[in-house]
Amino acid sequence: MVEVFQLLVGGIAQGCVYGLIALGFVLIYKATEMVNFAQGDLMMLGTFVAFSCIGTWGMNYWAGLAAAALAMAAFGYLLDAVVLRRIIGQPQFAVVILTISLGFLFRSAAGFIWGHETLNFPDTPFTNRMSDVGGVILSWEHLSIIFGTLILAGLLYLFFNYTRLGNAMLAASQNQLAAYYVGVPVKHINSLIWALSAIVATIAGVLFAPISLVEPSNGFYGIKAFAAAVIGGFGSLLGTVLGGLIIGVSETLAARYLPPGFKEIVAYLLMLVVLMLRPHGLFSTLQRKKV
Amino acid sequence: MRILFKTSYLDDIRLFQHEGQVLWYSLLALAVLAAPWLLPVFYVGELTQIFILAIAGVGLMLLIGYTGLVSLGHGAFMAIGAYTNTYLITKGVPFLVAFPLAGLAALVAGIVIAVPANRMSGIYLAIATLAFSQIVEQVIVRWEPVTRGFQGMAVPPPDLLGVPLTQGWQLYYLALAVLALVVLGAVNLVRSPTGRALVAIRDSEVSAQSLGVSLFRYKTAIFALSACITGLAGALLAHRMRFISPDAFNYLMSVQLLLMVVVGGLGSIHGAILGAVFVGALPQALAIMREYLPSAIGRTPGLEPGLFGVVMVLIVLFEPLGLYGRWLKIKALFDYFPLYRRATFKRQRSYLKTERVR
Repeated sequence: MVEVFQLLVGGIAQGCVYGLIALGFVLIYKATEMVNFAQGDLMMLGTFVAFSCIGTWGMNYWAGLAAAALAMAAFGYLLDAVVLRRIIGQPQFAVVILTISLGFLFRSAAGFIWGHETLNFPDTPFTNRMSDVGGVILSWEHLSIIFGTLILAGLLYLFFNYTRLGNAMLAASQNQLAAYYVGVPVKHINSLIWALSAIVATIAGVLFAPISLVEPSNGFYGIKAFAAAVIGGFGSLLGTVLGGLIIGVSETLAARYLPPGFKEIVAYLLMLVVLMLRPHGLFSTLQRKKV
Repeated sequence: MRILFKTSYLDDIRLFQHEGQVLWYSLLALAVLAAPWLLPVFYVGELTQIFILAIAGVGLMLLIGYTGLVSLGHGAFMAIGAYTNTYLITKGVPFLVAFPLAGLAALVAGIVIAVPANRMSGIYLAIATLAFSQIVEQVIVRWEPVTRGFQGMAVPPPDLLGVPLTQGWQLYYLALAVLALVVLGAVNLVRSPTGRALVAIRDSEVSAQSLGVSLFRYKTAIFALSACITGLAGALLAHRMRFISPDAFNYLMSVQLLLMVVVGGLGSIHGAILGAVFVGALPQALAIMREYLPSAIGRTPGLEPGLFGVVMVLIVLFEPLGLYGRWLKIKALFDYFPLYRRATFKRQRSYLKTERVR
């Protein structure tokens, strides 16, 4: 029983990371209907920037996290304002191809700047600290991911429901034209959503970095996060985080109790099953056109 | 400027619109037939690679360019074709039997994924095919009795009625023959009522349905056909590489195939082939460019994917119609000189087209 709990904690922590990356997808998708295949690579870039801030320039962990988040926010804003806004009006797969290519570009750039070797993230306030709760050993690194996700989700909830900017973002994502008519600066808002999504990705990356390692190919975690977003239905933020948890937990359990190989594909199997039952995701907002 | 005088509706769907096309395509055919005598062995090999990529490109173009179904998992069909072909040949089955069987295996896999995929659209389909390709990759890694997992398999040369094709030029002609058949088949499919139905599905599913096009039947059929053609390309690619392992057909392969049809220009068979030439020749061009770059930049590992990304981003941003679209523009410029108007190719609607309502 203790073993199951132990696995669950690890799985939930892993799932929170998937959930956070997927949250980035969903924020962007809801607002602009762009599916950002480079979200995992944004996370990877954010981790590297934080690595430089904390490890190379010797900043405090929290200051480094904040600096990296700010830098990535600016990057995300510019990415939308300079590159992605140009292809609005083209079919959806143009965005898919554009973001896949951007992912290649980011990975290559990260390899160019930080090298292709795996790096160890510098010590954080959570490194090598454990708590013993009723026989279950909880590492603080896992706990930091879980609580970090909870806090971030809470902040996002407050942001979307109780601030003018958050409300404007919701409005723009529900109906761009109507939002534009009532005075929401939609272009600016969309770029800000990219910035927000980059911040979420950076925080996910920095929380995850102590238990993964830091390398350019970390961006491929983004593919797994897709499964989380799909199970969540690409629509609701809560659903997305839950989707991430489902994937993280089932992956950890599969690694322990199923034959080798299942750990890698259980996320995709779950996603295919969900897609077969509900082709547009569990909590989708798609409607049929009336002719 | 050439004015075509059409006297019958059939003129619209003739294979060659006018004598000029007959001339140029004959010259092209002569050139590719003569290439092995004129070019060094290395370039014959590279051309073979391009032909094989073009076969897969045509297969994917039928799916993405003509039916509008985006697949991010065609590398998996290539893998299925390659492994089926190689396994059968190592078991002593002659190439002429193993090769169609490889296509058949991919076709069956295509139907398996197409039936659930029929209910999905747009981005969900892309992600589902991506998931499918990841699962296939794991199956290949783990199914060691057949695929030998990460050890990989050596691929014996193909044999034609007992004659082993070991030389580079023999494989070249084999790939060329398959490509010619596939292109001819695709061109004929596209100008047939079936092809028109596919285009109708791409442009509007609702309208196609109301005109009596069975979405389920056509989507499943084109998925299966596309998978089959891609599987054949995979079988040939295995012969070209002489050694296959699971990571030869991973996510990057699928992405490369996708990039190929987009760079070439969606919605044209020409585009698939131009895209294959581009994707096949780009690594060589980059290798040559490296020589002229300062060694600090030129020697960095991972330069190719980065430059690949840059080129792709530029093409999607500035030439959404792809290489073939650019060719059409250049042709129009000369045809209508000096009356060419840039607005001819301009997209009329450039606001966000929602896909939440369909």
